[in-house]
Amino acid sequence: MAEQDCYHCGLPVPAGADYPVTIQGLARAMCCPGCQAVASAIVDGGLHRFYDFRSQLSATATTDQQQVLEHYDLAAVQADFVHRNEDGTLAADLFVGGITCAACAWLIERHLAKLPGVAVTVNVSSHRCRVSWQPDQVKLSTILQAFEDIGYRARPLGDEAAEQQRSRENKAWLLRLGLAGLSMMQAGHAAIGLYFGAYTGIDDEWVAMLRWVSLVLTIPVVCYSATPFYSAAWRSLKVGHLVMDVPVSLAIILAFVASVWATLTNTGEVYYDSVGMFAFLLLLARYLEMQVRHRNEHHTASLVQLIPPVAIRIGDDGEQAVPVKSLVPGDRILVASGETLPCDGTVVRGASEVVEAVLTGEQSPVAKHPGAAVSAGTVNLANPLEIRVAAIGVSTRLAAILNLVGAAEAVKPRRAAVADRIAGWFVAGVLLITAAVAATWYLIDPSRAFWISLSVLVVTCPCALSLATPTALAVATGELRKLGLLIRKGHVLETLAVVERVIFDKTGTLTQGRMRLGAVVPAAGIDGEEVLVRGAALERGAAHPIAHAFAAVTGQLPPVEQQQVVVGQGVSGIIAGEPHVLGKPELLARLAGGPVAEPPPGGRQWLALGNARGLLGWIEVKDELRPRAGQALAELTALGLQVELLSGDRPAAAATVATALGMAEWRGGAAPEDKLQRVQQLQAGGQRVLMVGDGINDVPVLSGADVSVAMGDAVDVTRLHADSLLVSGDLEALPAAVRIARRTETIIRQNLAWALGYNLLAIPLAAMGYVPPWAAAIGMSSSSLIVVVNALRLARTSRPGQRGGHPQLRPQLA
Amino acid sequence: MESLYLLIPLSLVVLAIAVAIFFWAVNSGQYDDIDREGERILFDEDGQPQSTPTAADDDAQGEGRGD
Repeated sequence: MAEQDCYHCGLPVPAGADYPVTIQGLARAMCCPGCQAVASAIVDGGLHRFYDFRSQLSATATTDQQQVLEHYDLAAVQADFVHRNEDGTLAADLFVGGITCAACAWLIERHLAKLPGVAVTVNVSSHRCRVSWQPDQVKLSTILQAFEDIGYRARPLGDEAAEQQRSRENKAWLLRLGLAGLSMMQAGHAAIGLYFGAYTGIDDEWVAMLRWVSLVLTIPVVCYSATPFYSAAWRSLKVGHLVMDVPVSLAIILAFVASVWATLTNTGEVYYDSVGMFAFLLLLARYLEMQVRHRNEHHTASLVQLIPPVAIRIGDDGEQAVPVKSLVPGDRILVASGETLPCDGTVVRGASEVVEAVLTGEQSPVAKHPGAAVSAGTVNLANPLEIRVAAIGVSTRLAAILNLVGAAEAVKPRRAAVADRIAGWFVAGVLLITAAVAATWYLIDPSRAFWISLSVLVVTCPCALSLATPTALAVATGELRKLGLLIRKGHVLETLAVVERVIFDKTGTLTQGRMRLGAVVPAAGIDGEEVLVRGAALERGAAHPIAHAFAAVTGQLPPVEQQQVVVGQGVSGIIAGEPHVLGKPELLARLAGGPVAEPPPGGRQWLALGNARGLLGWIEVKDELRPRAGQALAELTALGLQVELLSGDRPAAAATVATALGMAEWRGGAAPEDKLQRVQQLQAGGQRVLMVGDGINDVPVLSGADVSVAMGDAVDVTRLHADSLLVSGDLEALPAAVRIARRTETIIRQNLAWALGYNLLAIPLAAMGYVPPWAAAIGMSSSSLIVVVNALRLARTSRPGQRGGHPQLRPQLA
Repeated sequence: MESLYLLIPLSLVVLAIAVAIFFWAVNSGQYDDIDREGERILFDEDGQPQSTPTAADDDAQGEGRGD
């Protein structure tokens, strides 16, 4: 079958998968039942135009176990985030996962409008929506389910305060920037008049008038737009630091004061246009920086979803749903199959399998019998468990792992921003030189001392110097975003340029973290198709990751009676009157008698299917490598980086992946603490480490590494603590990012060299009184312009080789 | 040239009005969701049946979400 991408989410459609959906008369292939269900719901709802409107691919729909939405109908849970409007409707602000472009908002609003009494407004930038509903017409869980039906996940967040803060910050900066832009343009008009006048002759009265107009236009910039620079400079001075904001503030204030003085006394020269332009460009760089930060915070805001909000407590008067925070140690709770455990505890009754990926990164479930310890955040797969609560909230093992983060971040090596390191020396140098110049000219010619000292200060205006780094970083950040890599912390680009070793987690990072079916080896007298169909029938409806792999089997499945999960072994059931089992060979041996069958060679993971008469066939399940993982590793090696695999999974599984990808260095069975220790040991040896991971067990090591990348489908806590986020899931973005980072470093160096060189040349000339003020102003502007244009080269040169978009999509509107 | 005495102050007044409108627009939330507003005009909001092969889907509205 030709390689094809899922029409809904763009992932490759696995071989043999067949999930077509007819959209606008054409059959479109989907990659999984989840995407098929979502696409069908969209088309059936008459909203197929969504696929014409969207400019980004949709998120992959999952069919994994999900929280019980009915919990959100409980008054005790709603009390935290629902408020009542005056007209009796209820309203809540929800975080919506899965929004990729503006068409998503259109789809959500259209789809939810079909529910009676529901109104919803979606904000695409902040991934949030405000929904209000009539409590007597519709339940909140119905609304949440409507989101799920079309592939989004809406949940209450409880961080409205932070969101309002972001919104206020955004508005304030937008106002400052817009005002500075308008004033800059008008002052520029006046400046053109003055410059032309200086050449062609102009009456003094017009000069005075244009100067006064410029003065009026520049007052709002200096007194309103530029105020954040002053306060940042003041803060840094109070703690004895000299950051770039100090020379920036000095330049703005001094140039403005000098210009006002010149205007009032009708002498000297004015610099209003330079002040306006300088403030505007710096504000623009800061505004873009803030937008990147907000965008990331929006992406990682859904932190609360690790444990469910509600538990079923077994009391004297029966079972009762209560908020988890009201549980106390000693309580007994009931956890249904498919649910996430809300607390640490011991199993009192029942036997089941639990996925502890949250602690170990390993996806294979662990058998739990009465007496076994279980942890919050792990997922109960097979049967209901009765658990005695031992710890909730901050005293759980899950919380302990997250606490490691703080410790790891405290010792993390840091590099100060280059510009700030230079700033201190620069300011001190300029002030000393100016003082010396003023003193010298005071002795030579007191009447010229003031204007010459001023021209020294203006000519050294650190425009170019202070723009050198932010412009380059802003452009590079935008380029990385096109690759699907979102930067969360400022140091990422600087550190990426100098990393020496890349460490990968295995499950979910190098592999897709999802079980898929591999080869089928039927026994004599039965064909492979039949083996698969019977296997799928036995696994139907189970919550185990292996059962998800069988969801790819299509066709008529025979009915199964007495279907049952054998904890830690497999599944069993009766097909066509005959008992069948699927799972470990030992399970089959117990049913059929005789010796334990030997799986096909090769060290892969095989399931045995059989009945009382013996083996029917072997089915391979595997966690496939991410597409293009091999190329990405090869490119990283070609860039001179060492690559290493560090997994919490079984050493044998780690070895298989390492061998398949040709990685020389690998370790398996590493606990979260071991991983962190390994990275710190490398750092002690002087290496700078990039860590790529996705699980909660990776959080400490992601925080401790010099720079870290979390996969886009990682759990929220992981995304929150990584320095950057690989939304596209395409590992090939990593070598591309390293290349961009290195080129950014080069551009920053060029910019700094140019800015410093310009100053070295200009200061002596100005100090000797050879620089007329108009030349100082032009030099200031053009040196800034050169720096900006140089930074823009980053965008141009990194165009080839970027990941192509989806052919059926419009180019993204920037 | 004397007209400049009128025109330049006039330009300042126009600028002041522009700034006031900009502040009003930002403060009334019109810039809150830049990602979306830029594309809104591209989406048909009329709700008329499209002349596409799937006009039948519009008739079937509601069936897909009974639950």
